Amino acid sequence: MGAKKSLPKKASGHITGAEAVVRSLIAEGADLIYGYPGGAIMPVYDELYKFQDHIEHVLVRHEQGAAHAAQGFARVSGKVGVCMATSGPGATNLVTGIADAMIDSTPLVCITGQVPSHLLGSDAFQETDIIGISTPVTKWSYQVTKVEEIPEILAKAFYIARSGRPGPVLVDITKDAQFAKSEFSYTKCTKIRSYKPIPETSDDDLSQASKLINAAKKPMIVWGQGVILGEAEDEFRAFVEKSGVPAAWTILGVSAIETAHPLNVGMVGMHGNYAPNLLTNECDLLIAIGMRFDDRVTGDLASYAKQAKIIHFEIDPAEVNKNVNVDVAVMGNVKHTLAAILPHVEKKIYTDWLDRFHKLDTIEHDKVIDAELNPTKSGLTMGEVIKTINANSQGDAVVVTDVGQHQMIACRYAEFRQSKSNITSGGLGTMGFALPAALGAKMGAPDREVVAVIGDGGFQMNIQELGTIFQTQAAVKIVILNNDFLGMVRQWQQLFFDKRYASTEMVNPDFVKIAEGYFIESKRVTTRDDMTAAVAEMMKSDKPYLLEVCVEKENNVFPMIPSGASVSDIRLE
Amino acid sequence: MEKKTYTISIYAENNVGLLSRVSAIFLKRHINIDSLNTSLSEIEDIFRFVIVVQTSKDQVIKIVKQIEKQIEVIKAFYHTDEETIFQESALYKVKSNSLFEQRQIQNVIKKSHANIVTVNPDFFVIEKTGFREETEQLYNELAPYGLLQFVRSGRISVTKSPMQITHILKEFSK
Repeated sequence: MGAKKSLPKKASGHITGAEAVVRSLIAEGADLIYGYPGGAIMPVYDELYKFQDHIEHVLVRHEQGAAHAAQGFARVSGKVGVCMATSGPGATNLVTGIADAMIDSTPLVCITGQVPSHLLGSDAFQETDIIGISTPVTKWSYQVTKVEEIPEILAKAFYIARSGRPGPVLVDITKDAQFAKSEFSYTKCTKIRSYKPIPETSDDDLSQASKLINAAKKPMIVWGQGVILGEAEDEFRAFVEKSGVPAAWTILGVSAIETAHPLNVGMVGMHGNYAPNLLTNECDLLIAIGMRFDDRVTGDLASYAKQAKIIHFEIDPAEVNKNVNVDVAVMGNVKHTLAAILPHVEKKIYTDWLDRFHKLDTIEHDKVIDAELNPTKSGLTMGEVIKTINANSQGDAVVVTDVGQHQMIACRYAEFRQSKSNITSGGLGTMGFALPAALGAKMGAPDREVVAVIGDGGFQMNIQELGTIFQTQAAVKIVILNNDFLGMVRQWQQLFFDKRYASTEMVNPDFVKIAEGYFIESKRVTTRDDMTAAVAEMMKSDKPYLLEVCVEKENNVFPMIPSGASVSDIRLE
Repeated sequence: MEKKTYTISIYAENNVGLLSRVSAIFLKRHINIDSLNTSLSEIEDIFRFVIVVQTSKDQVIKIVKQIEKQIEVIKAFYHTDEETIFQESALYKVKSNSLFEQRQIQNVIKKSHANIVTVNPDFFVIEKTGFREETEQLYNELAPYGLLQFVRSGRISVTKSPMQITHILKEFSK
């Protein structure tokens, strides 16, 4: 890694489409990409070889890994992640990562090779209609068949991926367009006439919103990833602190302000905290900021915050009144709308109302949190592992999680002091996300500690990316919380399917030996003392490290709002 | 919520793949498209889609927002039948001998204000433009004489209120 050399944005004479692809990426500042070569994309790889002083390509072990690594890179850096694959299976293997990026609004540019244009539609070797397949899960896609289109289309791709509500874009390039020659001149795209990335903010909406905020007696904020994507952390903090409104986060919003902030009242949703979930149905004003009322957040919509007025600060008009009807929608980037409303918001402190949160917190501590973080039984809990990571990282690590029980525990208990520190597959719930995403995160923020917390199930869904971590020597710290079960599914089977553990028990391999096979330092621990020592050792290491922690097999994650139930029906046990 | 007929009008760039993007929005929500028509619009290089669906108002609002979210869509609207002027076109292919041997059919054609598009020794083709009920009535009346082929277009419609697309495009180029 390290700074890459730049190149002029215009080439002299005619260059191939393949060279135009690489020069376009360099011109966009995309000097780190993830991918896997193959027949239909080989001309571009040939140019990547020639331009390796200007652009680094990371060879993953499966294209899904490339997409997730690009996501991890994008989420931690705020830049557009880039991945590349060949036609056919290469392209289809990207699809899960693209769908994940779509639902979690991650800016990606995915470049796929395609069979030569004269073979399109002939069922040629490794031909697949990737535009058709990816249409519902991309913000935009385009098939390039002419060399002249390449710089303009890639410029559009980057602009669309990063602007407004970000998302994945796919550009499919036929092999003949990669071979053909044309003049090259790159101009960044700054507007498209049919596309309005940021809707206009109405002064009237701002004024109505501030009136509701100033009149509220028991207001509550729920913020989401929009704060982070809009780089609105400072404006958000100022708004929270001046308004004095208790603020809860969705799983993708966490880390926008620090965990320890006195007005940070925890996570909402299915495995969120007791107080913000219960008080959602008691507040008189719900201020939703850059979030989309996902069903995992709201539970049963018919009994969600019915007593409250609702304000929605949102960039995407399609999200307004989609799941929850709101009283006022303030459209725009929250960076601007929160700054605009600040002067009109009265400075307040809600002592009694905040105390309601603290009292419920105490109940959650007594019934759930204490046993999770300070267990007295011999078996290890997932929560105490996260607590030990917190103690070692001082809250400065990037925590990347997969999907399942460990994810909920990590998001509940990880402590953060800076933004863009929690990377998880929120909307799609993609098992196998964490290992490649952690690699991308480490490369996107090389100076930060990156800890991947993964279950034994999800780890084996993209286990091959240990090879990429070994080859790049990206110092990712991998913690497998191994309960020999697909734990979240098992928990549901226990609670809702009379303990019929259908296909959830896993007979696992020796993860330490597998890591050894990749020459990655590794350790397995089963006791509290060993775990504490091993986490400290892992965090001190400046190399990749895999730590397998054998945790209690049949622990459950609580609190829990059963699927389809109301936020008021949150269960503590 | 009560289902109604809605006409969705979309102004968009003419790009390969946009139709698939738009239809995917209906597919994802398990909504059947009753009819779909694409054509030029009043503005050069801008295409117009007219889609007819049966759905609730709540749902059609959400669908139109999802359509507008597509990069190449300039603007999308939804209207009820009362707010639009709409027509469909139908073609009927009938054996020529029935025209000459059965005088009744001539009366049917005359009464329906249909146009005869072509006549040759084997068959003739009638065209009728109007509301769904009118083209259906002619269908029922011609059926006894043996329809060789029948086809009906998707709905085309214009709205009673102005669309302001030129204004939107002008705003953009500022």
